[in-house]
Amino acid sequence: MDDVLIVITLLLVAASATAAVAVRDPVRQALVLSLLGLTLAALFTVLQAPDVALSQLAVGTALTPLLLTLAVRKVHRRPHTRDDGRGGETTGSTESAGAIESAAAKERGE
Amino acid sequence: MMHVLPYLVAAWVFLVGCYGLATSRNLIHAVGCLAVCQSATYVLLLAVGYRDGGTAPVFSDLEPGSRPVVDPVVQALALTDVVVGATVTALLLALVVQVAKRHGTVDPDELSELRG
Amino acid sequence: MSRRLRMWVLALGLAGLAALLGAACFELPDFGGDQHPYGDRAVRAALSHHTANVVSSVNFDLRALDTLGEESILFGAVLGTVVLLRQTRDERHVEPAPARVSPPVRRYALYALPVTLVVGLYVVAHGQLSPGGGFQGGVVAATALHLLYIAVDYRALRRIRPVGRYEVADAAGEAAFVVLGAAAMLGGSAFLANSLLPYGEFNTLASGGTVPLLNAAIGMEVASAVVVLLARFLDQAVEIEESPKPPSTPTSRE
Repeated sequence: MDDVLIVITLLLVAASATAAVAVRDPVRQALVLSLLGLTLAALFTVLQAPDVALSQLAVGTALTPLLLTLAVRKVHRRPHTRDDGRGGETTGSTESAGAIESAAAKERGE
Repeated sequence: MMHVLPYLVAAWVFLVGCYGLATSRNLIHAVGCLAVCQSATYVLLLAVGYRDGGTAPVFSDLEPGSRPVVDPVVQALALTDVVVGATVTALLLALVVQVAKRHGTVDPDELSELRG
Repeated sequence: MSRRLRMWVLALGLAGLAALLGAACFELPDFGGDQHPYGDRAVRAALSHHTANVVSSVNFDLRALDTLGEESILFGAVLGTVVLLRQTRDERHVEPAPARVSPPVRRYALYALPVTLVVGLYVVAHGQLSPGGGFQGGVVAATALHLLYIAVDYRALRRIRPVGRYEVADAAGEAAFVVLGAAAMLGGSAFLANSLLPYGEFNTLASGGTVPLLNAAIGMEVASAVVVLLARFLDQAVEIEESPKPPSTPTSRE
């Protein structure tokens, strides 16, 4: 029973890590990384490491993706960014301090 | 297979992260790939410390000696690095923000052209 | 080097690394094996020091010097981020406009905030007894404060977050760790040795000698470090923007 759970969570970790690399848009990558953090936390719990799981849950699912999205927002906010041809416009003038994800989605034109 | 699968998964995660790091066209994405590489080390450490039928090394609700426990040393190593790794990620992202300010791009290829 | 050539070098390197790692995997002790000499010794040492959570004992007692190193990396990384993300002369400060938040989001975020904060502090305080400790609880407590950003807006968050004081708290946490280590030396034993306080009764809050104190120092440092980091990034993302007419174009460097 333990072995089955370990195998399942290991495969989930491998799959989400692959997805986190394959997704090239940093904002989407941040979301996939938070999924990776979640699967890692599950794996650590199954491996009887609740301390590490707690740590990973707090950091991997919340802190790192948040930092990544904030960095994307800052980089895209610059008026003359040549990032990848999409970041030309800026939402800086009509600043709303709402959720970061929605702002970042706006910038991607969604 | 079961006796090497966790190690192989750790190796796979590390290699995938390296691939992403090397082929990334966006420095922010590269930092994310580095986070993937980091997580491979946690998987490896905890896999080395696991013991079949073992339980967590916490004795607040466990009679000492009544059950085998998994290795606490590797857990302590992984635990501190998870948090410290996040702050290092923040430092790298701060560098990326500076690069974007200075050069107006976060594409490593364009950056190397700038240096010419 | 052309892109094509680079891909070939990369493929070669990755293939070599994969072969080496794959071979190494089969040489490692089997997963789930019964041989854990260090683990067994750590468990014995932790129990003799009356610390119920062996992982905390390893971090703050048996390998406390290692944790001091990790903590210094954390401190240095935060310091570097603060220096890198300061407001430069060609940037200006933009006051963020108040944001409208839909009532359910506001309600649940405001309910969740105190609960999360208390959970974070609980996790720090019980580090020597149950899974958790300064590292995890610190992150939880620090991110809890940022629920205010989701519930209200950035200005509300800024009001409860005097960054300067958190920077001081960050340094104080680091200093407290070193001072506690030096105090053990003054007491006649090794740096960071767990010899200052009585070990106390097993499985109570005051057990483990200096473990709870070092744990609290780490909790304070990590919590304020995360607050400071997020503050710097949020400032950059929300408040600071380039002046309308930058003095120099980005490509023409000095």
